[in-house]
Amino acid sequence: MSMSFNKLLLHAGVLLVGVAAPFVFPAYTSQIAMMWLMVVFAMTWDLQGGQMGYNSLGNIFFFGIGMYICTIVQISMFVDLGDYTAHSGSARLDLTLTQFLTGLGVGLIVAAIGAMLLAVVFGWIVFGLRGPYFAIGTLGVAIAAGELIGTWDLVGGGGGISLPPFPGEADGTLFYYFMMLGLAIATFLFLRWLYTTSFLLAINAIRDDEEKAEGMGIQTKRYKTVSWSISAFFLGISGGLFGNMIGFVEPLEVAFPTITFGIFMVLMALLGGKGTLWGPIIGAILFHVIKEVTWTYLLGWQWVTLGALIVINVVFFQQGIVGWMQDKWPEKFGIEVDDPDAAEKETA
Amino acid sequence: MTNMIEVKGVSKSFGGVVANHNVSMSVPEGQITSLIGPNGSGKTTLFNSIVGYHPIDNGSIQFEGQEISDLRVQEIARLGMLRTFQQTRIYGKMNCVQNMLISIPHRKATFMDMFKPHDAEITEKAEHLLEFVGLYSKRKLLSGNLSFGQQKLLEFAMALMNDPKVLLLDEPTAGINPTLINGLIDRLKRANTEFGITLFVIEHNMRVVMNLADNVYCLAHGEMLAHGTPEEIQNNQDVIDAYLGAH
Repeated sequence: MSMSFNKLLLHAGVLLVGVAAPFVFPAYTSQIAMMWLMVVFAMTWDLQGGQMGYNSLGNIFFFGIGMYICTIVQISMFVDLGDYTAHSGSARLDLTLTQFLTGLGVGLIVAAIGAMLLAVVFGWIVFGLRGPYFAIGTLGVAIAAGELIGTWDLVGGGGGISLPPFPGEADGTLFYYFMMLGLAIATFLFLRWLYTTSFLLAINAIRDDEEKAEGMGIQTKRYKTVSWSISAFFLGISGGLFGNMIGFVEPLEVAFPTITFGIFMVLMALLGGKGTLWGPIIGAILFHVIKEVTWTYLLGWQWVTLGALIVINVVFFQQGIVGWMQDKWPEKFGIEVDDPDAAEKETA
Repeated sequence: MTNMIEVKGVSKSFGGVVANHNVSMSVPEGQITSLIGPNGSGKTTLFNSIVGYHPIDNGSIQFEGQEISDLRVQEIARLGMLRTFQQTRIYGKMNCVQNMLISIPHRKATFMDMFKPHDAEITEKAEHLLEFVGLYSKRKLLSGNLSFGQQKLLEFAMALMNDPKVLLLDEPTAGINPTLINGLIDRLKRANTEFGITLFVIEHNMRVVMNLADNVYCLAHGEMLAHGTPEEIQNNQDVIDAYLGAH
């Protein structure tokens, strides 16, 4: 597929904004890094919720589990995990830059693969469920994981666990910013490629009529499981990075925040337009900006504003921004009768 | 002549309702076989049993000599036996070409095949078949926005895209404009002769059955009532009593 000049310009523009942002607005670096995290959330959620029609409320599970796996690897590579958590508070793990980067690199890889494997295992169970039962089933997985880890003392239980700080004078903000930006770009490029293959058609078919898809011989379970493991892979990495950014991992608020991040994933994809490549990205950016602005200027009313946005979105604007554009200008999206001569002969 | 589908003594009940009782029949290779019967006589249940939508209580169903009564829908589809639905089922939010592209046979699909780009040859075949059913100019429209009749034609084209050995059609002409039915009969016949697909058709429209079928089975109250050529069936007093006369 050759890319048009306009598309190239768009991609270059977004990339430029992404790279320049922390230098233009240095005070907002962390907030913009969070925005890229939200983009990853929305895109990976849309792979199931939008493109495949499976509204997962449990994708946050892979974020949290990736965070814990990464943390455990990063610490156990250098000290005994049990000792470290037993002395939490007083223990501080100072590493050299090389040690730190090696630990983080290995941690992220293990987190990505671990989350992916868990997606295969849980997919085996929950993909027997359809519709609202799937949504509740996945939510259950995420909540249970948070509660279970809260009782596991080796990883600090409910009290949480601190990560080794970023070595040297710098606090790592810029480093994590570019890691998050890189992850968002990698996720985007991967999905953009994936959506040019038969994979997209198969999961779209599952969304539109799963029984028909089965009847046509499509290996539906295989597609569903692979789709979820792809999301899990990127979410696992995002969790590992976020844990390091915060510097502290705890089960309910940081790793498995089902009612904030877990729900935001869904809202952002709906806002931008689910089932499209750019919709979740636009939705995530808009959502994050609105959220940050209301948290700064409308403090006390921020949840009300966010709630109002959700209501407006769901009641008046179900197809989201890109979906609305598609309905309004279908021919711009290639939805049109072509060859009017043939159309006249075809009486059907 | 070999039989593609061989049904022997199949029974199926739902709770207390006996939908099929001791039904035996066969679909010969290369022919068009039709199944008729009053509403509620168990035609669709028999279809569903054959393609594996539900387990049968008794009996055996063979496809090309292989027992398939314990296989699942996808497995049977991959063997080369497909069905279309009475209530048309297409992928509504996808355009016609996409509907066709994903309907390729999945018989030998490997893991990596999931990530294949669309190749030109398959796209060409998809467009050719859309032309065959008369939907070429509408190929980029979302299929959910097509009329009911057009969706039926699309579903038929999707089935052809799958290169099935046997195609089971559940009331292909129901809800289609009478003037278009002739075109559809013609296309069904061509699918049979040109593409060599064995057809097994549930149909209420007797004109269609008489025009189309090589042999006809008639179900009534879940039991096989009669079997013969269209002429024989038309003149069979039991069939007339159970069905044709029952207007």
